[in-house]
Amino acid sequence: MREIRYREALREAMIEEMEKDASVFLMGEEVGHYQGAYKVTEGMLEKFGPERVLDTPIAEAGFAGIGVGAAMVGLRPIVEFMTWNFSAIAFDQILNNAAKIRQMSGGQFSCPIVFRGPNASARQVGSQHSHAMEHFYATVPGLKVVAPAFPADAKGLMKAAIRDNNPVLVMESETLYSVKGQVPDDQDAIELGKANVVRPGKDVTLVAYSRMTHVALDAANALAKEGIEAEVVDLRSLRPLDEETIVKSVWKTHRCVIVHEGFPYGGVGAEVADRVQRLAFDSLDAPVLRVATLDVPMPYNAKLEQACMPQADRVIAAAKRVVSRGKA
Amino acid sequence: MSVENSRELGLFRVLRDDHSQDPAVSVPDAVVLRAYREMRRLRILDAKMILLQRQGRVGFYGACTGQEAVPIGTALALEADDWVYPALREQSVMLVRGFPLTQFIAQVFGNSGDVQKGRQMPSHHSGRSVNQVSWSSNIGPQIMQAVGTAWAMKLQKKSSIAVGFMGDGATSQGDFHSAMNFAGVFKTPCVLICQNNHWSISVPTAKQTASATIAIKGLAYAVPSCRVDGNDLLAVYAAVKEAADDARAGKGTTFIECLTYRIGAHSTSDDPSRYRTDEEVESWKRKDPVDRLRNHLVHRGLLDDAKDAALEAELTDEVNEAVKVAEAFPAPSRESLFDDVYQELPWFLQEQKEELRRAPPAPSHGG
Repeated sequence: MREIRYREALREAMIEEMEKDASVFLMGEEVGHYQGAYKVTEGMLEKFGPERVLDTPIAEAGFAGIGVGAAMVGLRPIVEFMTWNFSAIAFDQILNNAAKIRQMSGGQFSCPIVFRGPNASARQVGSQHSHAMEHFYATVPGLKVVAPAFPADAKGLMKAAIRDNNPVLVMESETLYSVKGQVPDDQDAIELGKANVVRPGKDVTLVAYSRMTHVALDAANALAKEGIEAEVVDLRSLRPLDEETIVKSVWKTHRCVIVHEGFPYGGVGAEVADRVQRLAFDSLDAPVLRVATLDVPMPYNAKLEQACMPQADRVIAAAKRVVSRGKA
Repeated sequence: MSVENSRELGLFRVLRDDHSQDPAVSVPDAVVLRAYREMRRLRILDAKMILLQRQGRVGFYGACTGQEAVPIGTALALEADDWVYPALREQSVMLVRGFPLTQFIAQVFGNSGDVQKGRQMPSHHSGRSVNQVSWSSNIGPQIMQAVGTAWAMKLQKKSSIAVGFMGDGATSQGDFHSAMNFAGVFKTPCVLICQNNHWSISVPTAKQTASATIAIKGLAYAVPSCRVDGNDLLAVYAAVKEAADDARAGKGTTFIECLTYRIGAHSTSDDPSRYRTDEEVESWKRKDPVDRLRNHLVHRGLLDDAKDAALEAELTDEVNEAVKVAEAFPAPSRESLFDDVYQELPWFLQEQKEELRRAPPAPSHGG
């Protein structure tokens, strides 16, 4: 077991898979000479050379298409977006091509490709760098979407993503890149589609992923001081969604609060709420609540930004609402 | 090569008005004869498919009529391992490269005889067996994918190349410029071919671009580019072969603008009489690529009227027979809906599949 940072875990996963499989290559803006905008790919150009670590022109739709074209004929590209916000420019290649090629071709072609990069808010980078994009992609048949919160999961899920024969989108977080965590020396791939109960509890289930798992854990620790034991379910995968783990937790706690970045309209939280009301209806003692980013484009000003984002105090307030209702 | 015949400054032509050819270019008899057969078959096939659409037997079709020399000439200039990314009017490349006609037509019906299992709309064929990938209904993405496939060939040190097609309208799309840029920067083994048929549905090329030619756009990206008479089979074949040889030799991508004309409608959903004149259409019919090749074959002593009539009868029978076989396949099974969304069948699709199985059949499925 070693303590490493989230960005190092991602890098180790890519390096280990590239060493093992010559068909894996990495491409994106600034991934080579500059070592990655967030240094996730540091040292990889030196290790693998400019053909397998490819600095691309600034054209997201372009290099996403290069990746799709290479994936269809036997390579396994890893495509980095400097932020998932910029993937909007490549949306067509992901939505209409990567996701659909296997099905549209009747299974003749596959598209084993990884799209990855930081998602949702960073710190004061404005709305065009702060959008939580996973909500769009998680709705698309043919795609898989993961959003790890911890270094060990980042490494394991990245390895699984690279080995998967379907397109997998890895949603990282700029604010998690420097977070440290214990990673087993032999950390292998983690099965896609499996959530993890990262804190057991009996009074309320907090469902979260990516950075919001850390916010949920902070909230759970504060709630514990007031005698409320929250169980935190870290989704890790958004599609496939591990509804079994969510529902089992709600059967135990009878209450559910979902925490995510991204807006309250639609999205992963709405999807979780649907599963909970449908599969744990008789068990619920209170309505399912969501704590999300406020329904406005992200402002630049630091105080306004913090006010928009889900904070532990909003999670605590929501948890208390559902707990007190259940006991009333 | 004279200025008039120069590939960069003018229009590259091989067939002359007197049906002879520029002696500087040599295309073997076997190739021109095969090309003529394929072009004739394609014209018969397209006419038949349009008829089926008018009869309500198929839903949609995009014909290639008047542009046959480009896909057929290209197909014959390629090696079996090369990759092809067509646009709407180059599906037939796969037929020349060995894809069965019956399966091709079954794709238009979208039934269980279709290797794509009835999932893609007509004229969006793909055939793994002949290295042909379906184009995207959204204009442009396949140009990038062709360059990506070429990059993959380069990375794996394979001798195969990729060919990507587009219409004139696609050169307005960002994907075209990204593709040219990547092709120029990374010297990918690729041939990119624009069929400039003068109309993007109802918008003429002059409203699509203010550029004097489309080929010149490639030069800005340092991609060698040329203009070819797209109704001249020999010119298309020679130009694509040279470009493919260059790509294989490590010289990177060539961009070829083929000047041609869409004689028919954009698709079966279009009525071109609303936006262009009969005179214009008639003037291009006089430059018909099938007629020009026929006249050349006669001039070359390879064809006469009797042989031509026999060929037409043979190909008509072949197409009619293939339609009969293709149309008879039943619809794909309802259970097949969930296949190929992912490589594996995930639990949530398994659940939906079981739910569907419990539901009564849809009226159109008839059990």
